[in-house]
Amino acid sequence: MFRWARSWMIGLIFLGSNAFAGDYLLALNALGRTATTAELSAWDIDVRPDFTGLPVGAGSVEQGEVLWLDQCASCHGDFGDSNEVFSPIVLGNITENDIQTGRVAALTDPAVVRTTFMKVATLSTVWDYINRAMPWTAPKSLAVDEVYALVAYLLNLAYIVDEDFVLSDKNIRDVQALMPNRNGMTEDHGLWSVNGVPDVVGSACTTNCAVNTTVTSSLPDYAMNAHGNLRDQMRDYGPFPGVQTAPAAQRSESQSTPSDTLDQRPDDLLSVSGCTACHQMNKALVGPGFSAIRDRYAGQDAAIYLANKIKQGGQGVWGSMPMPAMTKLDDTVVETLALWLASGQLNK
Amino acid sequence: MPTHASHQEGRLRPAPESFLSDELISEVSQKGVDTQRRQLLRGAFAGALAGVSGLVIADDPNIIEVPEWSRSLGKAVATNPYGHPSIFEANNIRRQSPGLTQTDQASVAFTPLQNLFGCITPSGLHFERHHQGWVDIDPRRHRLMVNGLVKEPLVFTVEDLLRMPSVSRMHFLECGANTALEWGNSAVPTVQYTHGMLSGSEWTGVPLSLLLERAGYDQNANYLLAEGADGSGMTRTINLAEALEDAIVAYGQNGEMLRPEQGYPLRLVVPGVQGVSWVKWLRRLEVGNKPYATKDEASHYVDLMPNGQLRQYTAIQEAKSVITAPSAGQKLLSQGYYCITGLAWSGRGSVRKVEVSVDGGRNWQEARLEGQVSTKMLTRFNFDWVWRGEPALLQSRVHDDTGYIQPQRAALVAQRGTRSIYHNNAIQTWRVSPSGEVDNVQVG
Repeated sequence: MFRWARSWMIGLIFLGSNAFAGDYLLALNALGRTATTAELSAWDIDVRPDFTGLPVGAGSVEQGEVLWLDQCASCHGDFGDSNEVFSPIVLGNITENDIQTGRVAALTDPAVVRTTFMKVATLSTVWDYINRAMPWTAPKSLAVDEVYALVAYLLNLAYIVDEDFVLSDKNIRDVQALMPNRNGMTEDHGLWSVNGVPDVVGSACTTNCAVNTTVTSSLPDYAMNAHGNLRDQMRDYGPFPGVQTAPAAQRSESQSTPSDTLDQRPDDLLSVSGCTACHQMNKALVGPGFSAIRDRYAGQDAAIYLANKIKQGGQGVWGSMPMPAMTKLDDTVVETLALWLASGQLNK
Repeated sequence: MPTHASHQEGRLRPAPESFLSDELISEVSQKGVDTQRRQLLRGAFAGALAGVSGLVIADDPNIIEVPEWSRSLGKAVATNPYGHPSIFEANNIRRQSPGLTQTDQASVAFTPLQNLFGCITPSGLHFERHHQGWVDIDPRRHRLMVNGLVKEPLVFTVEDLLRMPSVSRMHFLECGANTALEWGNSAVPTVQYTHGMLSGSEWTGVPLSLLLERAGYDQNANYLLAEGADGSGMTRTINLAEALEDAIVAYGQNGEMLRPEQGYPLRLVVPGVQGVSWVKWLRRLEVGNKPYATKDEASHYVDLMPNGQLRQYTAIQEAKSVITAPSAGQKLLSQGYYCITGLAWSGRGSVRKVEVSVDGGRNWQEARLEGQVSTKMLTRFNFDWVWRGEPALLQSRVHDDTGYIQPQRAALVAQRGTRSIYHNNAIQTWRVSPSGEVDNVQVG
């Protein structure tokens, strides 16, 4: 253990035979500096399972619902149950008995979709993650009380607390004691340490081994081209060229990427503005593809209409998933994007 | 001249049976060789010999005619100041698996293992796995903080770290979810998608131990939290004692600075441990005395067992190997000699031996290990094989220096079920059909 630590010491002992050893150590230790108190509190934001690191604050289910619908529902669904963009956070399958025992029984059922609240044992995990990484396109923008409120709302969706509940640093340990899968984790395995004991080891047999060589699974024909033409994914000369999996009509001599239907693309702006969290160029994701928006409004002088849609959000034009109001974007950015969608041009 | 299904123009056929028609082969094998068929065979061989001599003397226009690259001035130096692969290598790129994830920012692009040689992954083909998109951080504005159970919490600039004593080490990097799609059934068509969350690189940086000693870490502390500077603020709990042995705060990869997709300007290198712990855009290291149960070790990267329990803090990548060529989605053009090639690795140490089976695991023979065998690094293996057109089930099996042997899928599933997502290190089977086409199958 401490192999390198020792080698550094040996190095220093060796250097000790000349006059520069002290200089060397001193100079090396001059690299880096003490962190200030303000710097530590700015970055040391992690909240541990025993709630070390949890800031003082409070938030209600009611406040959480408002925040949720405004900032979270577009990806996670109104009730945290959407499977469109991320795996569901809450989707039933947690029982009174689970909350009693701390083990979610439905985890043994292969037919049940695993949700965050079915799996997670520690409430600190939920608080910490929302605080550090949410919302998706504007991480670390939530106030402490807003994080409490959002966690309270999720706890209510999972039927762990009532709808008039206010979560705070004072009562969060009581709620931890109700987490449905709080006893569902195990560290009894060999994969934490390099010296851990494996749970499964293979056979050393080399001759006439008793194995079943019946093929039990292979890809059906219709799935062979689901990842694109395999012919185009292998080096196309040499011993192992790719199998032609595309229907004859879709084969091309040279590999081509999907053509961009728009003349110019403000890729950086779309990414920085958070648009690409829900929209892609040529296909629907949560929202419609940019090319589909352009096709719909082509020749209609729709720049102002689209700018308002971006700023105010909407629902129903393209489906039931709401688009949140992009209130944090500068007007110039909104105008640039709207003009581009309406005309395909980045400049007037 | 009789034709054979696998005959290709310009290709020498050393085995005479290749010159027989399918009909004649079938007739001979069904009815034996009588006088009439003996004469037909004799005729076929005569034709074949004529064909062979014809092929041997046919002039290759690539030699006879001077190609354009031999009679023109080439491009100037620094035409491509960074450099690109040949335009004929356009198929050799990272790819996503459609439908695997709903968003492109929390997704995976897989390394094209089927097209690679040796054990170093070109940095531009290193697989990508991000949790909230990748960022390109100005190194002048990036900082590394060391805090927690230390005598003196510290802040380092990237310049500080670049001035410190450095080490360069070769290590594999494998996502804990590599081969996750294959737990239940054969699901994806090539080795790029079954095993392509895997890479081998030379990593350069400052030993973690040097930084923690400088800060005066608590000798009784057991855990280290590593945190990223990206939007996700990626966090993972690290086994402190083991990280002090060989973890690196790395800035270099294969001789250059890290690629942005790999955490430029700093990433933690935790040899033998799953990729999610190699925190990218590393901004903070906190020494602690309890594990942290972060999102990616409490909701994801937990391994569901058949009894409904979730294994938490599963970190080590156990020994695993895979044949990269020939592999699924490829085709053997003709019978004859092939070099079966692949990769083997172990998160607990180094590769001791690799064996290859061509009959689905019934019989095994030792493969050659090529080049240097390094601890917690990919090892390339090669195996000579003569294919005579028979159906075959290709497998590889690694032994590491702890004595561990890579298990068959059936043994792994019997213990862990099919829903644990992570740490699938089962033996992979590729099926070779008589047509020469190779596909991804499971046996059991």
